[in-house]
Amino acid sequence: MVPTHYYVILSAVLFGLGVIAFIFKRNIITIFMSIELMLNAVNLAFVAFSQVWHRLDGQVFVLFVIVVAAAEAAVGLGIIIMITRNRKTLNVEDVNLLKL
Amino acid sequence: MPILNYLWIIPALPLLGSAINGLFGSKWPNKVINTVAVGSTGLSFLAALEAVREFTHLAPENIPWVQQYFTWIIAGDFRAGFDLQIDHLTVVMLLVVTGVGWLIHIYSMGYMAHEGGYYRFFSYLNLFMFFMLILVLAANYVLLFVGWEGVGLSSYLLIGFYFLRKSAADAGKKAFIVNRIGDFGFMLGMFLLFKAFGTLDFVPLFSKATPLPPDPMGQLGTITIACLLLFMGACGKSAQLPLYVWLPDAMEGPTPVSALIHAATMVTAGVYVVARSHVLFTHAPTAMLVVAIVGCATAFFAATIGLVQTDIKRVLAYSTVSQLGYMFLALGVGAFSAGIFHLMTHAFFKALLFLAAGSVIHAMGGEQDMTSMGGLSKKIRWTYLTMLTATLAIAGFPPLAGFFSKDSILLSAYQSEHGGRILYAFGLLTALLTSFYMFRLIFLTFFGKPRYDEKKVHVHESPKSMLVPLAILAVLSIVGGWMAAPAFLGQPDYFAKFLEPVFAQGSVAGAEAAEATAHALETPLAIVAVITATLGLLLAWWLYLRQPGKPEKLAKSMRGLYNTLLHKYYVDEMYAALIVKPLVWLSTNVLWQTVDARAIDGTVNGIAEGMTGLGDGVRHTQSGNTRSYAVWVVIGALVIIAIVFWPYLRPTTVGAVR
Repeated sequence: MVPTHYYVILSAVLFGLGVIAFIFKRNIITIFMSIELMLNAVNLAFVAFSQVWHRLDGQVFVLFVIVVAAAEAAVGLGIIIMITRNRKTLNVEDVNLLKL
Repeated sequence: MPILNYLWIIPALPLLGSAINGLFGSKWPNKVINTVAVGSTGLSFLAALEAVREFTHLAPENIPWVQQYFTWIIAGDFRAGFDLQIDHLTVVMLLVVTGVGWLIHIYSMGYMAHEGGYYRFFSYLNLFMFFMLILVLAANYVLLFVGWEGVGLSSYLLIGFYFLRKSAADAGKKAFIVNRIGDFGFMLGMFLLFKAFGTLDFVPLFSKATPLPPDPMGQLGTITIACLLLFMGACGKSAQLPLYVWLPDAMEGPTPVSALIHAATMVTAGVYVVARSHVLFTHAPTAMLVVAIVGCATAFFAATIGLVQTDIKRVLAYSTVSQLGYMFLALGVGAFSAGIFHLMTHAFFKALLFLAAGSVIHAMGGEQDMTSMGGLSKKIRWTYLTMLTATLAIAGFPPLAGFFSKDSILLSAYQSEHGGRILYAFGLLTALLTSFYMFRLIFLTFFGKPRYDEKKVHVHESPKSMLVPLAILAVLSIVGGWMAAPAFLGQPDYFAKFLEPVFAQGSVAGAEAAEATAHALETPLAIVAVITATLGLLLAWWLYLRQPGKPEKLAKSMRGLYNTLLHKYYVDEMYAALIVKPLVWLSTNVLWQTVDARAIDGTVNGIAEGMTGLGDGVRHTQSGNTRSYAVWVVIGALVIIAIVFWPYLRPTTVGAVR
């Protein structure tokens, strides 16, 4: 059986990659995907700990996260489509009209 | 007994009248306003009469008759209710206030007919009646203070009635501020009484105070201090030294106001309060002596100023101050019923004097300076006759009202243990001065040759609505004193007997022995008083009719004295230099320029500027760059995680595990 800390370390690495991509990528879709990556990294940790403690709470949480992620994906993609239609770009650096 | 259970109706009626006229009267014709104002006070007068009739049928154990309507303030042991009470003293005050007040309302219909702000005038006047009735009916000091402040407010409003004239507005402010000084003392007195007795209701307070031993002469016990503080309030309201300065200036108001508020009723509130607190004052002989001395000094001092004034209303104003001094003299020597008696007779003849003066001013088309009058006696016969009656009354000629009341005051002063002869001497001297300046007023106004332009000024008698109150008050000025007449036949006079149930409480023993000597003194003292009054009359006649021009020569030969009197001993100038100027300087330079402009404005503006600067700095985080926001989110998440996990991180140091 694979030791639990393998899962945790994998989860942390995935989450870290997600954060780095979230901060440094310019393409909105990539940023969006990095958020999904972070969510799934967390999911992985949940499932791993659920296995360790023999409790189902973690599994249930994962289901919730998946639902929320689906909803978020729908809304987020909708926003992205609107941005591309209006501003003809996918680069976040160009979406800066909120500047004071 | 219906109305005694509904005592609140008596003050409520004028309040209703005031509210109706004040809220809706601006568009109404004068007739409607008259009906509301005069009707409400008239009904109030009738209600008071009915209450007094029922009161006379009360059993003695039910007096004072106290009615508790609702609790107003409750805090710990302290209770102040809207409680009204009626006893013999209240009866006298109630009838004077509603009766004279009603007559003056009627007079005002004629006097104010051509003035603007007619509804406003009557609304204020009714408001005054309401507060004055609360003042005399109140069953505790707190409610009395409500009336006390309320009459001050109405007085302020009415003095400043012609508010477009700066002098009138200033006079109103002056009255209000000077009264505030007295009210401060009054409030301190109330606090002290509550601390000492645990209640401010008259009945329990006085019954608690009665068995106490009096404070020894010359010592400042609690009761003495409380009495002196209450007297400070009385000094403000009743225009005694050193707070009298507002009353002469208060003559800026319309003449009926001067008659009602600044002669007959409001200014006697101080006398009423001292008489009401007589149980306390008899326990404080030091305070009594102070009251007597202040009263006597005020009477003399104001009378000397009255000698040289040329404005007809100012002469009467100083005369009022002087007569109020007489009342306090009476209270101070323990002759409470004599003081209240003089209050009543004074209300009659002084109201009459003011109303008659108003009629003269009306006839002269607004002229108030006596040096521009003269020879009016034939042209305004009724005014002249009523004013002469009042003058004879105030000068103390028998058998008019002033003779009896002044005589009983002088008698009580003469008998006083502490410095009675000196008080009597000054009282008598004041009587001489009173007689002199009053007849000076009569001779200057009604006799001699006209000193006004007869072609320009069309002298005319006043309308009936003004003359009828004059006539009624003239009758009262004649018969008002007769209640005291039996004193000359060796019997206690009716008035003192009527008030006895009130003033017997806490009175000093041995009064009966004094009574016996009093009767022996009564007649000689009365004869001296009449001779004095006649001297004053003759002196005025000699100076102003026989030898016209002589007064001017006298004034020239005694220029210093004359100018001092004319400028009222420079008291106003002294107050201006000693109090007003430093206060203005302090307010301008310290409070305004330093505290307000620098400290307060500086703090407020400083905070605002600091916030602006902070915003200026923080707004750079709002870059509009989505990725920078992402960084902030990550940093924020890290900070939260750090805060949450901080406690779990620390025990991992070596040693804590073991």
